[in-house]
Amino acid sequence: MKTDPTPGAAGADVHVVLENVDMAFGEREVFRGLSCAFAARKVSVILGGSGSGKSTVLRLIGGLVRPQGGRIFVAGEDITRLSERQLYGVRKKLGMMFQGGALLDSLTIYENLAFPLREHTSLDERAIAAAVDRRLDAVGLTDVDGLLPNQLSGGMLRRAALARAIMLDPVILLCDEPFSGLDPVSVKRIESLLVQINQRLGITILLVSHHIASTMRMADRVVLLLPSGDQNRGTTAVTGSPAELRRSSDPRVVAFLTDECDDGDAAATTAGTAAGST
Amino acid sequence: MGITEPVQELGWYALRFVDQLGKLAVFAGQIVRALASPPVRVRLFVQAVFDVGVLSLIIICVSGTAVGMVLSLQGYNTLVRFGAEQSLGAVVGLSLIRELGPVLTALLATGRAGSATAAEIGTMVATEQLDGLRMMAVDPIDLVVAPKALAMTFAMPLLSALFITFGLFGGYLVGVGLMGIDGGTYLSSLQSAVDFRDDVLGSLLKALVFGGLVGLIATFRGFTSAPTSAGVSAATTSTVVVASVSILLFDYVITALWGV
Repeated sequence: MKTDPTPGAAGADVHVVLENVDMAFGEREVFRGLSCAFAARKVSVILGGSGSGKSTVLRLIGGLVRPQGGRIFVAGEDITRLSERQLYGVRKKLGMMFQGGALLDSLTIYENLAFPLREHTSLDERAIAAAVDRRLDAVGLTDVDGLLPNQLSGGMLRRAALARAIMLDPVILLCDEPFSGLDPVSVKRIESLLVQINQRLGITILLVSHHIASTMRMADRVVLLLPSGDQNRGTTAVTGSPAELRRSSDPRVVAFLTDECDDGDAAATTAGTAAGST
Repeated sequence: MGITEPVQELGWYALRFVDQLGKLAVFAGQIVRALASPPVRVRLFVQAVFDVGVLSLIIICVSGTAVGMVLSLQGYNTLVRFGAEQSLGAVVGLSLIRELGPVLTALLATGRAGSATAAEIGTMVATEQLDGLRMMAVDPIDLVVAPKALAMTFAMPLLSALFITFGLFGGYLVGVGLMGIDGGTYLSSLQSAVDFRDDVLGSLLKALVFGGLVGLIATFRGFTSAPTSAGVSAATTSTVVVASVSILLFDYVITALWGV
């Protein structure tokens, strides 16, 4: 069902909209009344403290979990009203890079990458092999075709997962903590790959990260999930460009960025407090 | 307070049982729908039959032989008191075909293949592999669950037939080789006592039902396991316990209803 997304956020410039979304796991409320929008063909990074529901936002957008209230629009479609079978149609427009890779551990890297093409296209094996090679080249992996996922290092595994996520040329790429547990070289490598994918292929990227330095370097927009302080509103999303967030006078934003940096993340984010963001 | 608490707890367990039963029924429906709709995943089915059936061959053959030998020994010691040791073939054959073959095969398959199936699917849940499939617009029930459940249903009668064959062989070894019963007497007693339709086909039908039961419980437990290592462990244990008890209960029900 085609539906008009949130007023002010509708149109071709917005690919994903969350509108007054309530989410809880059993007794534990993750957020209440969360609203935010993610721009098309941009890199948007979702930041927030532990347990703020960053990964849950991605899982909601992918339809892997259902909200208790509110609406979620993905590429103009209200996915909260779709059945599991109908969701598969929407998911063909999405690619997801999971934190642990989520590659099928009984298949080789080649088979993992070829899998979505075999499932959803009628390409012959030669064309599939060429497509797999192209994607592996794009993420800088060579000679790993015959290896199993558990034979790769953490950084290589993420790159293989990224390659699989873009096999079907998705409109939107969801990345759950792509930098966590990686060394600085691997972080920069993944970061530049994501930027290249966004710029060359025009794919909208939604990324969840704790890594503020990378976030500030690569993000076009940042969505910061913070407790609202109002018991009836739950979590609020503070949205802005990295520069706007750095200049924000909102004490919660300042505290979040400063605390995260004190924890050993980039020093680049500590600067300034000026004009607010929304 | 002291009296209401156990009642509340009992009520909670009853509700949970009904809830699980409902979910199991829905899950079974999803498997049937996946099997009935394209694509047909022959290669995955064959692989699953190999995992469930071929990899269980040794345990089935060894156990079948051992059970047949014990049955023959016990049977001979009992029958000889009544001077009826010539009926040893019939006793061993009917016991194995009607009861022990399908039941013990199902219990062994639960311990080996059922637990492995639950652990494999549970690990896929814990490592987000099933979510990865969903995000690639692939139904994990269609790709992972249905071939394994069908393979268990298909392999169980074959494994049971093999168990029975080796059991009869073990019984022959002890009865004829050790106890000195004439080989021809053993086999003719067996042949005259066993009815193909009532005993053999009934036995295979029983094994088929047990296979479906084990396949359903193992895949359901794995699929609904908590995404943690403890969750995988709990799913594996629960598969063995629930499937074993269900096999014994269904054995009674099938025997009572159909006389098999």
